[in-house]
Amino acid sequence: MPRSSFEAYAAPKKEIPRSVYLTVSATVAISILLMWCVLSYGGFVRSDFLPTPVEVLYAGLDGIQDGSLAVNTAASVGEIMSGFIIASILAVPLGILMGSFKIAEAAIEPVTNFIRYLPVSALIPLLILWVGIGIEEKVTVIFIGTLFQQLILVADVSRNVPSDLLDVSYTLGANRRTVVTRVLIPATLPGVVDTLRVTLGWAWTYLVIAEFVAANKGLGYFILNSERGLFTDRIFLGIAVIGLLGLITDQLFKLLRDWLLPWATEG
Amino acid sequence: MTKLKLDKVTLEFFPRTGAPVLALDDVSLEVAEQEFAVIVGPSGCGKSSLLRLVAGLVEPTRGEITLDGTPVTRPGKDRGMVFQSYTLFPWLNVRDNVEFGLRIGGVPAEKRKHISDHFIKEVGLEGFESAYPKQLSGGMMQRVALARALANDPEVLLMDEPFGALDSQTRSLMQELLLQIWEHSQKTVLFITHDIDEAILLGDRVHVMTARPGRIKERVEIDLKRPRHVDLLTSPEFIALKRRIMGLIHDEAVRAMR
Repeated sequence: MPRSSFEAYAAPKKEIPRSVYLTVSATVAISILLMWCVLSYGGFVRSDFLPTPVEVLYAGLDGIQDGSLAVNTAASVGEIMSGFIIASILAVPLGILMGSFKIAEAAIEPVTNFIRYLPVSALIPLLILWVGIGIEEKVTVIFIGTLFQQLILVADVSRNVPSDLLDVSYTLGANRRTVVTRVLIPATLPGVVDTLRVTLGWAWTYLVIAEFVAANKGLGYFILNSERGLFTDRIFLGIAVIGLLGLITDQLFKLLRDWLLPWATEG
Repeated sequence: MTKLKLDKVTLEFFPRTGAPVLALDDVSLEVAEQEFAVIVGPSGCGKSSLLRLVAGLVEPTRGEITLDGTPVTRPGKDRGMVFQSYTLFPWLNVRDNVEFGLRIGGVPAEKRKHISDHFIKEVGLEGFESAYPKQLSGGMMQRVALARALANDPEVLLMDEPFGALDSQTRSLMQELLLQIWEHSQKTVLFITHDIDEAILLGDRVHVMTARPGRIKERVEIDLKRPRHVDLLTSPEFIALKRRIMGLIHDEAVRAMR
């Protein structure tokens, strides 16, 4: 056993006490907040560039009172969910097929790989031309941005299902259909949920870019509009809301995974 | 009476690049009803391929495999298999894993429970019925895999180095457990291993395979009396058999290394 606690905490991949863990996390978070306070209240940075925490809070209260925060958040969440859900409904089954059936791989993978390396932002002008600047355009950007990433990731998940797992099912009397529905699909579920969790985070990036280019509501629009008036506090507010929404959805996915797939949880 | 018969079975692989690989060359083998047959050979000799052929997971390039006189063309529950890798369904608990074959075969719930109770008890996992695979040790997982294969009441039990991934203490406990279960069930078993001790301890007959391409080099009758226990490993008869098989394998292992 290491003698000092420092030695114990410096060992790679070793557990540390929960209290130590929480203390370290809180210290870092509070330090960042303190730094912000010092820089803004101390007058080291002009308030045009860096608002004080309280100013951001007031911007938040204003936004709640005049309803602008709710309208813009609802717009963004609506767009992101539409694009993301449509993409997922297509990507999950197609990805599973692509990872498990060579014929599906041959059909889908080359095209997917080509489109995947196109930054979806490069398509925005074209999409504006085709579908306009309304909600459809944001949904399309998110749809294209996430679909092809999801396809590749889900295909990998399904490809990594051990073939022994399928083979043993055949020797237990399963036919192909049973193997797909009762073995292959359940075996991909944890990886699929993880893929959705990761790609939803990416979807926010595509949404904000789409809203920067052309929008009349949404959190990206809110941030860009605030920048035009040099309302730095509102810029901070917009960013904070996006961050918070990201955190909430991520935690929801984690809960969903633990609740639906307890058998796949580590430890 | 012959249960399982391999008649001049040849297996070639055709990789996308390079020359075809001859994995098994003209292998003929007979396993009698209720016999415990073991195939032992150096790694890469195609012994696992041979088992996959019998399971119907791979088709032979030439030759025929028959079970009770009927040609094997596809996998079926008459040939249950236990793999070296852990192949339990992680989303099913122990009982549901054991009942998997019965469930897809449409066996009613009450009868399924009766059968799974029996085999869970047989492999000594009472009390673990609702545990998930991630909560089990390697040895326990392989016991569930064995129970799952037996629950289907196969004509032949195929075992592909099922204890290969286990530590040596667990392995000898598993060997004793398997001997005990086999003596109860009197199943026909085809067992693959590279472990000579394991081959002699378990088998009625040991088929020694050559290095690639795999052929049957020699059949060794293991006339040690049953029931057998692990303490047999130090007996003179055992050691004499071991010396003989080691000699046969050693030549092949050296050949395979070249």
